[in-house]
Amino acid sequence: MPKTIEQISKDYNDAYKKITGRVTICGGTGCIAGGSMKVYDAFQQELEKRKIGYCLNITKGCHENYISMSGCRGFCAAGPLVSVNDIFYTHVKPQDVPEIVEKTILKGEVVERLLFVDPNSHQHCKTISEIPFYSKQERILLHDCGRINPEDINEYIAHGGYAQAKRAYTQMTDEEVCKEIMESGLRGRGGGGFPTGKKWDLTRIEKGPKKYVICNADEGDPGAFMDRSVMEGNPNAVIEGMMIAARAIGADEGYIYVRMEYPLAVKRMRTAIKQAEELGLLGKNIFGSGKNFDIHVMEGAGAFVCGEETALIASVEGRRGMPNVKPPFPSQKGLFGKPTVINNVETLATVAKIMEMGAKEFKKIGTLTSPGTKTFAVTGHIANTGLVEVPMGTTLRQVIDDVAGGTTNDDGTVNKNAFKAAQIGGPSGGCLTKEHLDIPLDFDSLKSVGAMVGSGGLVVMNDKTCMVNVARFFLEFTQRESCGKCVPCREGTEQMLTMLNDIVEGRATLKTLENLEDLAKAVQKASLCALGKTAPNPVLSTLKHFREEYVAHVVEKRCPAGVCKALARFEIQADKCKGCGMCKRACPVQAISGEVGKPHHIDPKKCIKCGGCKSTCKFGAVVTGA
Amino acid sequence: MTDKFAPVDKILKEHDCNPAQLIPILQQVQDLYRYLPEDVMRHIADKLEIPPARVFGVATFFAHFAITPKGKHIIRVCNGTACHVKGSSFVINTVKDKLKLKDGQDTTADGLFTLECVSCLGACGLAPVMVIDDVVHGQITPAQAVKLIDEIAAAEAKNA
Repeated sequence: MPKTIEQISKDYNDAYKKITGRVTICGGTGCIAGGSMKVYDAFQQELEKRKIGYCLNITKGCHENYISMSGCRGFCAAGPLVSVNDIFYTHVKPQDVPEIVEKTILKGEVVERLLFVDPNSHQHCKTISEIPFYSKQERILLHDCGRINPEDINEYIAHGGYAQAKRAYTQMTDEEVCKEIMESGLRGRGGGGFPTGKKWDLTRIEKGPKKYVICNADEGDPGAFMDRSVMEGNPNAVIEGMMIAARAIGADEGYIYVRMEYPLAVKRMRTAIKQAEELGLLGKNIFGSGKNFDIHVMEGAGAFVCGEETALIASVEGRRGMPNVKPPFPSQKGLFGKPTVINNVETLATVAKIMEMGAKEFKKIGTLTSPGTKTFAVTGHIANTGLVEVPMGTTLRQVIDDVAGGTTNDDGTVNKNAFKAAQIGGPSGGCLTKEHLDIPLDFDSLKSVGAMVGSGGLVVMNDKTCMVNVARFFLEFTQRESCGKCVPCREGTEQMLTMLNDIVEGRATLKTLENLEDLAKAVQKASLCALGKTAPNPVLSTLKHFREEYVAHVVEKRCPAGVCKALARFEIQADKCKGCGMCKRACPVQAISGEVGKPHHIDPKKCIKCGGCKSTCKFGAVVTGA
Repeated sequence: MTDKFAPVDKILKEHDCNPAQLIPILQQVQDLYRYLPEDVMRHIADKLEIPPARVFGVATFFAHFAITPKGKHIIRVCNGTACHVKGSSFVINTVKDKLKLKDGQDTTADGLFTLECVSCLGACGLAPVMVIDDVVHGQITPAQAVKLIDEIAAAEAKNA
C-alpha cells in the first residue's frame, strides 16, 4: 500500500528541515545549452574533494547539502543560473564552483562578481526578489518552476501538490469541478482563448463509457517556449491538471502530445508519470475513488499544424496530421471517435492552482474578461530574453521595459527608443508598434487591434529590423507547414510567398502589394483551419503599420533596414575604418582585402552577404547600403 | 540466416501491431536505420495490414522522418523567430556555401554532413543557435560555424 500524499508531504518536509544548505542548478534547455550540467558535476567534484557532505536525493535521509537541478527559471539570458539557499548567481561556469563552495557554502559569504547587476540602477542583486526581472512579475503558474526538483514527485507533493486532484476525486462531483473552473473564467492559453470550464462541461454531458483527455504540448510557434518550460520545470502540475480534467469529464485515459524537439520535456514528463504511477496517483482506483486514469506520452514528429486539435487527434491515431471540418467538435467526436477534451499545457498546469486558491481569488488577478496570469516568452532584441509571467492586462511597455529590461541595439546595448515592433502570437499573430505600447495584453484588447495572445511568443524587434523580411519569414514558415488539405491555404500561401519574394528581391510593383493584400484576405476567410485563417496576419498587420517599408522595397528597390539580401550591398566606409583587420578574419570567403592600419575593401563579387564583417566591426564602419 | 526485418518485427511487436501506433513505430525504426528505407516501410504496412500509401503518407508528412539516408554529422541551425532576428539566415547561407549544398539538397555528396534548418529549439536565450551532433553552440557567427565544420572535416580526414 503506497503512502498517502499527506504522509509523503510530512516525511519530505521533516527530511528537508535536516539539510544544511541547498544548491539548485538550473536545468532548463537554455541553461543546459550554456553548460549547466558541467556546473552540476563540478559542484559534486568540489564537495567530494573537500570532503564536504552532500546528497542528491533527500528522501533517503540527508543531513548535509542538497544539490539538485531545477526546471527553467525563465531568466535564460543570464544562464547558467545557480542558487545557493537565497543567493542567486548568474553566468556560472564550472571554474567558478570552487570559489562558490569556499565562500558561500562554507562561510556564508557572497561572491559579488557572480551576482546579477541591474543595468539601470547598477545595483548588485543578491536574491531573486531584488532583480527587477523577477520582482515585476507575478509568478503563479511558474512559482515552483526553478524552485523544486522536477524529477522528484515528493517535493511537488510537499508543496501541496496532488491535494486538489485528491479533492476532485474524493470530495467533488464531476459537475462541481466543471463549475469551479467555469466560475474562475479561465480561458485556454494555447491561443484560442475558449473558456476551459465550458469546454469541459460540453464533454462531460456527452454520454458514453470512454472519453479522453489530451494535453496539447505541440508548441510549434518559433520563438515560444512557455509549455516546454512548464513541462521541464514542473511536470507534475501538468499531470495533476490532466487528472482533474479527467475527473471533470469522466475520462480514464489521457495523452500528452509533445514535440520531439523537446527531448528534456519528454524525459521529465515520463519520469513524473512513472513516479505518479508508483505512488498510485495514476492507474487504477485513484485515491480509493474507484476511478481509473492512465497517461501516455506521445512524441510529435514535427508538424506545426498538429497544434490544431483535430490534426493532433489524427496524428495520435497514427494518420497524417491533417485537420478536419468542425463540427463535430472533439467534445462530441474526438480521439478514436470518443468525446475528448484537448487543453494546452499552460491551461492544465493552471487548473490545480485555481482549485487551490478558489475561483473567486483567481478572478481578482488579471482583467474582467481575461482573468489570471499569462506567460510570455520574450525574445529578440531585448535585454533579458526569457520567460515571464504577468497578470493579463499588463501593458506591452511594462513587459518590455520593466520586466524584460528594454529593447536593445544590434550590439546588445539597451536602448528603449530603439523599439520598432513586437510580434505577438508567433506566425499566427500580428505586430504591435509604438502606438500599441500602452494597450493591455489580454485576449480582447489584442483582438481589437488585429493581433492575438496566441500561445504567448513575444518577439521584440529594434529599428534595424526589416518588417517586410519579418512578414516573409513568418509566411515562409506557415507556407512550409501548410498541410495541403484545403486549397486556399495550400495555394494561397504559396502565391503570397512568391509575391513577397518578388518584393524583397526587387521584382515587384505597387500592383503586387494590392494583389498581396487581396489574396491575404481571401486566405484568411476561406481556409479550413486556424493555420490558414491566421497565416496572413503578419503580412496584413505589417502592411497596415509599415506600408512605407513595402513601398520603399517596391518603388525605390531599397531595403531601408539594409536586411534584404538581394537589395543590400555591404560596404566599408573608409573614414570610419581603422584597418584593424577584424572583418578580414571574420569573412568566411576571403572577400575583404586591405593592409593593417588602412581602410579595407569588400569585393562584391566574392561577398556572400553573410553579415559577419558587420557584426564584428567595433567601429560601425561596415554598412549595408541600398 | 537471420531475418533482415527481425529488429523491425521486434518494434512492431512492442506496439501490438497496432496501426494507431504508426508514428511511434516509425520513430523507433528511424532511430535504427537513421532513415526509413522503402522496403522497411512496405514490410511495416504488411504487418500492420494497412496500405503502403498510408505509411509513405505519414513518413513524408512529418518533418522528422527522412526517406533518404542522412549524413554522418547532423548540423542543425535554428531558424526560429529569435534566431532569425539575430541573424541565423546568415549562418545558414554560409554553411550551405561551405558544404556546397545546392537548393533542395541537404546532405553533402560525401555523406559526411546533413544540414537541417529547424524552427525553434527553445534555446532562444542563446540565439542564434547551431547544434552539431547534439552539442549546442550558442551565439554562433558565420565564421565560427565554418571553423567548427572545418574541425570535424579535418578529424574525419585524419581517421580515413
